[in-house]
Amino acid sequence: MAAIFQGVGAAATLSSSPSNSFVPKKFLTSPRRSFCVPSSVVVRSDGSVNFDLNSKSRRAQQLVANAVATKADSSAASSSSNPGHELLLFEALREGLEEEMERDPCVCVMGEDVGHYGGSYKVTKDLAKKFGDLRVLDTPIAENSFTGMGIGAAMTGLRPVVEGMNMGFLLLAFNQISNNCGMLHYTSGGQFTIPIVIRGPGGVGRQLGAEHSQRLESYFQSIPGIQMVACSTPYNAKGLMKAAIRSENPVILFEHVLLYNLKERIPDEDYICNLEEAEMVRPGEHVTILTYSRMRYHVMQAAKTLVNKGYDPEVIDIRSLKPFDLYTIGNSVKKTHRVLIVEECMRTGGIGASLTAAITENFNDYLDAPIMCLSSQDVPTPYAGTLEEWTVVQPAQIVTAVEQLCQ
Amino acid sequence: MSTAFSAANFSTQSFPLNHTSTTTHDSPLVFAKPTSQFLRSTPKLRLSSFSKLNLSRRSGTVVAVSDVVKQKKSKSTPTLLITKEEGLELYEDMVLGRAFEDMCAQMYYRGKMFGFVHLYNGQEAVSTGFIKLLKQQDSVVSTYRDHVHALSKGVPARAVMSELFGKTTGCCRGQGGSMHMFSREHNLLGGFAFIGEGIPIATGAAFTSKYKREVLKEADCDHVTLAFFGDGTCNNGQFFECLNMASLWKLPIVFVVENNLWAIGMSHLRATSDPQIYKKGPAFGMPGIHVDGMDVLKVREVAKEAIGRARRGEGPTLVECETYRFRGHSLADPDELRDPAEKAHYAARDPITALKKYLTENNLASESELKAIDKKIDEVVEDAVEFADESPVPPRSQLLENVFADPKGFGIGSDGRYRCEDPKFTQGTAHV
Repeated sequence: MAAIFQGVGAAATLSSSPSNSFVPKKFLTSPRRSFCVPSSVVVRSDGSVNFDLNSKSRRAQQLVANAVATKADSSAASSSSNPGHELLLFEALREGLEEEMERDPCVCVMGEDVGHYGGSYKVTKDLAKKFGDLRVLDTPIAENSFTGMGIGAAMTGLRPVVEGMNMGFLLLAFNQISNNCGMLHYTSGGQFTIPIVIRGPGGVGRQLGAEHSQRLESYFQSIPGIQMVACSTPYNAKGLMKAAIRSENPVILFEHVLLYNLKERIPDEDYICNLEEAEMVRPGEHVTILTYSRMRYHVMQAAKTLVNKGYDPEVIDIRSLKPFDLYTIGNSVKKTHRVLIVEECMRTGGIGASLTAAITENFNDYLDAPIMCLSSQDVPTPYAGTLEEWTVVQPAQIVTAVEQLCQ
Repeated sequence: MSTAFSAANFSTQSFPLNHTSTTTHDSPLVFAKPTSQFLRSTPKLRLSSFSKLNLSRRSGTVVAVSDVVKQKKSKSTPTLLITKEEGLELYEDMVLGRAFEDMCAQMYYRGKMFGFVHLYNGQEAVSTGFIKLLKQQDSVVSTYRDHVHALSKGVPARAVMSELFGKTTGCCRGQGGSMHMFSREHNLLGGFAFIGEGIPIATGAAFTSKYKREVLKEADCDHVTLAFFGDGTCNNGQFFECLNMASLWKLPIVFVVENNLWAIGMSHLRATSDPQIYKKGPAFGMPGIHVDGMDVLKVREVAKEAIGRARRGEGPTLVECETYRFRGHSLADPDELRDPAEKAHYAARDPITALKKYLTENNLASESELKAIDKKIDEVVEDAVEFADESPVPPRSQLLENVFADPKGFGIGSDGRYRCEDPKFTQGTAHV
């Protein structure tokens, strides 16, 4: 199945992708019909709303329109008073970063090509012109040392944002991230805080080869003392970036190479996303699908198919990879009793593996079936397009898995 | 040290330790740079033949400014390098370091402290020579051999000893241990177990200093950072990466190499293609200085210059201090590989004895004054042990307190509340 994204660097918008328009809370409580006739609500970016109550009749026509994305954090959704502005995900990251840099002069950026080049994915474009070369520091190619430098700067009062040009490069900084970033607050007896943000694009891209297609969240998840979040929409990208910068804890923000060109309308006013909370993407009744980052879109694509087949999946973007939001996840499990985890990590030791363990530990009594976890194969990501496709979870597999779970 | 160590005496000694030569190099320097006579003799080096080792390694080294200066002055009126107060301060600091470390060894063998304990005996001149020139806001970054750096920087002996005993009154609440001494108040940024790990941290602290001056416009911020590390670290990537970055951005940092010739059982000469570490400074655009690390006054002179350079914004300096540890790498090291002749040679150059001699011979202090300091330090160390002994061990409630600066990082529990609000967290019995 063809993936739904354009290539990296293309400026094309994703008009066919699931809409990321936000829904004012009142629409979420629209009554659900029986199993066979799910209802769905579409809110367009211009604020107009379609209720789609009888999907049976619609099945013959086009696919059910977009599953709903909700913003649990925004109570005053700016649908009528303030239309917000549209931008791409990398622009949202930059906006968040820029706002925080304006707000606090101690916020600075360090990384390769973040300054004059504007960032390899343009997240820091023009920031060096605005804030100067010291605040947006172009570093030499020495990940371990400049990450350590960021940590030393954080200990002495600054709030650095360290960019790994590709998340995989941060493997070179593992020493500093594990030993110093995560542990120094503890080993110093609480004397030094390390309010650092480490961010960068990771994940499987478009034929980037094995070393540029790594998922470091599985390697970093055991490090005590850090928080890990993964953004997936322009809205939560900006919100998480801001929250991470404001947090006193070291936070690793995982972005995805293929999501940088997602377009969405986001509020004009200042907002942050809670670092520890998961995001309800599509409420449902039959099965809980837990996912994050790029797989969210594969899941939503599968959700369209599933809805047409009569299923009502609840999709949650866990967002916080460490720690897990057991409240949102737990409530969902208690409602649906079936869990499917869809992730891009490897099968062995990935986020899904940890999540499976956490759910089993906490909510075993609520499960009607064993937890299913769809992950990438334990294979170095091949270059060939067809092979690469088969290492990553595709929407068809998600549909099959849900059908299996719901038997 | 005009009497014992002046260059004028050296021609008569068997170890030509201080041979000065001036060659021109790119960067404008105060210090002389050597011609490289060393490399020609490298193939002949044998560990067993100590005198040959000593001779060939020593030739072509650079001495501190103080000796160059002294050569030019007439010997009839030796200029003193320190005042009486300074002399006593240096003496007291070195004796504190020595007495403390000796007590650590005792306490270790009595089962009061555990794990890896790395003692600093013999290297006191480096710590005292450098750190006593710093202000409180200047930062020090060390390695696992950090007890004496902590003491020199001003961390109370009680706090360090408690930390070693693993008590809650320790400088890191008992959570760090011997290898992780931290003090926010005294700007001691650690205490690192992996070698080389602290150098980027030090670079970061120096970066903050520059940032404060140039971005935050705190014009009077001239904080300097000292990074201490050993000869083994000088083969590590982080060392070179940080030399590059510090020089590139002219960071206010001094890289102090405590070259004690041994990385556990690995001789520096067996591990390093070019053992003259100070030469690696100019390769990155900063001055590289070699100094006799057993002589606190020489170290102090070099340190003054290097720290002054950093404070004035002229950039980093690499200082290689030739020193020696009298004990093994750690208290678990049987120390079988080092030649007894080598140990005896350096034992004869004990920095404390040398300073004592200097102070008494130049009438800066009397024997009784120095003995009084000895006694005072003994009491301080005894008191530290007593304090540590009587201090409580950390209670269970301390277990989870410092994992996160913001404990919301433990996440949201299944009941919807933040897990840190669960009383089990404050009791330390929660499972994370």
